[in-house]
Amino acid sequence: MSAVPEWFAGKARWSGFEIAFWCALAGAYFLPNIDIALLSQIFIWGLFAMSLDLLLGYRGIASLGHAAFFGAGAYCAGFLGKYGWGEPVSGLLISMLPAAALGWLTGKLVQRVSGVALLMVTLGLNLILFDFVQRSTALTGGDDGLQGIAVDPLLGLFRFDIFGRTAYWYSLGALFALFVFLRAFVHSPFGLALTGSRENARRMIMLGSPVEGDISIVFAVSAAAAAAAGALLTQTTQFVSPATLSFQRSADVLVMLIIGGAGRLYGGLIGALIFLVMKDWLAALSPVYWYFWIGLLLVLVVSFFRKGVLPSLETGMRGLIARLGKARGGGPPA
Amino acid sequence: MSDTVLATRGLHMAFGGLMVFDHLDFSLKQGERHAIIGPNGAGKTTFVSLITGLLRPVSGDVLLDGRVITRDPPQARVKAGIVRTFQINSLFKALNPLESVVLALCERDGRARPALRAVARESALIGEARGLLEQFGLGADALTPTQTLAYGRQRLLEIALAMALKPRVLLLDEPAAGLSTRQGHEVFEQLLRLSAGVTILFIEHDMGLVFRYADQVSVFAGGAIIVQDTPDNVRVNPRVREVYLGA
Repeated sequence: MSAVPEWFAGKARWSGFEIAFWCALAGAYFLPNIDIALLSQIFIWGLFAMSLDLLLGYRGIASLGHAAFFGAGAYCAGFLGKYGWGEPVSGLLISMLPAAALGWLTGKLVQRVSGVALLMVTLGLNLILFDFVQRSTALTGGDDGLQGIAVDPLLGLFRFDIFGRTAYWYSLGALFALFVFLRAFVHSPFGLALTGSRENARRMIMLGSPVEGDISIVFAVSAAAAAAAGALLTQTTQFVSPATLSFQRSADVLVMLIIGGAGRLYGGLIGALIFLVMKDWLAALSPVYWYFWIGLLLVLVVSFFRKGVLPSLETGMRGLIARLGKARGGGPPA
Repeated sequence: MSDTVLATRGLHMAFGGLMVFDHLDFSLKQGERHAIIGPNGAGKTTFVSLITGLLRPVSGDVLLDGRVITRDPPQARVKAGIVRTFQINSLFKALNPLESVVLALCERDGRARPALRAVARESALIGEARGLLEQFGLGADALTPTQTLAYGRQRLLEIALAMALKPRVLLLDEPAAGLSTRQGHEVFEQLLRLSAGVTILFIEHDMGLVFRYADQVSVFAGGAIIVQDTPDNVRVNPRVREVYLGA
């Protein structure tokens, strides 16, 4: 445990585990027989789950409609590509803006509700947007999806190839950049204030904190990150359909986050990895019934790990280190 | 001792059909240590919540320095210097005392909104938080998660969080609740040592603490303040003995 003066610096410092984790994600590309398309999917879903973590893990607000923001980003990137703005990086950034505005408004709307009402409002917004996109066939192509999306080569150099090599590095790069941003965000005084409001909103009010306004801000940032994930999906597949906005997607991302563990950013990534690798593997065994196993995993994780896989691993590791320290005759490492 | 800091004028409060108090006039003078006593259900905690803005009165006004603040949101009142603690600990369970106090200081100084600078870079505030925790004897517990702190330590943190805001008027809702008599005295001693110049209004049931630390006492009963006087006069007042002290 770090000493008192170093507490915050210690929490904000990059650990060896983290550096190794990101090196492993980059290095995975070079492994033989690696499914880089699956890994790209994991990066995109991981970013999506991470965006939800900001809301659920750090602020304690559950959303059952997070696909609304993912879809908003996906369609925005689709329209940009279809109507001549093919440059991917700027397209990605632009796609985050409408979703951020939508998130900000959602935050305004849900400031005074909590619990089941909150779930219903977010779910309701998701359903409204889904229905709107599905019915506006002239604009969105309806169920057939948006066709004819063109994306320029990345940085003017790397074409999005059919093997998904460019998609891999582009998704990983975007994921990492947004992760660095979100990491700074949660380690800032504002991140501390969000955690405070999660723990005890009434006391935060009595500290003079604008608790309600903060909900709009965190919703906007979370929505923007979710939209970035959606835009990545559109840009790397050059296609977007109403499925990006489906309730199923909202439920899946919540499941990923719960399995991985909320409240530490990496939980979403780990959850996406477990969920998608399992899905890939189970769907190969039995293409129809794979949700059975996902459901079982969810029940087991919530029943036995409570906080998700990653926090349980952390606790286990810490216990192990403490026991090893004792076995050697010393105290736990200072 | 003559300047009124905080006052209420004709304050009327009811929950549904249940009247809590009717046309309550009250004033708190600069530098006072003012105790509120009264039987359970007399509306003491409700009164504090009306002053801090967690509740709104049916009619009547709350004034700070003569200015009506009845419609101000609670946060604006905190910024104006009205700070409270809670009867039941209202803390950040998953945070440790250092994080909790740094959070309070960031809010006080308006440094919690620009979002991407690390907390670790707020070294002045972190230093101030450490100093405050030391003063309250919580230095050794700075990194212990709040939920695992002993109850008495949590009680001190409850007050430390309020003091971190540099209040002008501090409202304490039974600061010694759940503590032994000795611990109660320790909390009050520590509080009074660290709060020079702060006007204090506290609700307390322990008469030993009230008569020792207050210089004015208001007795709430039946929706009104029946007596407001010095501790010595309150102690011998026959109406107080009748409704409250039960002798």
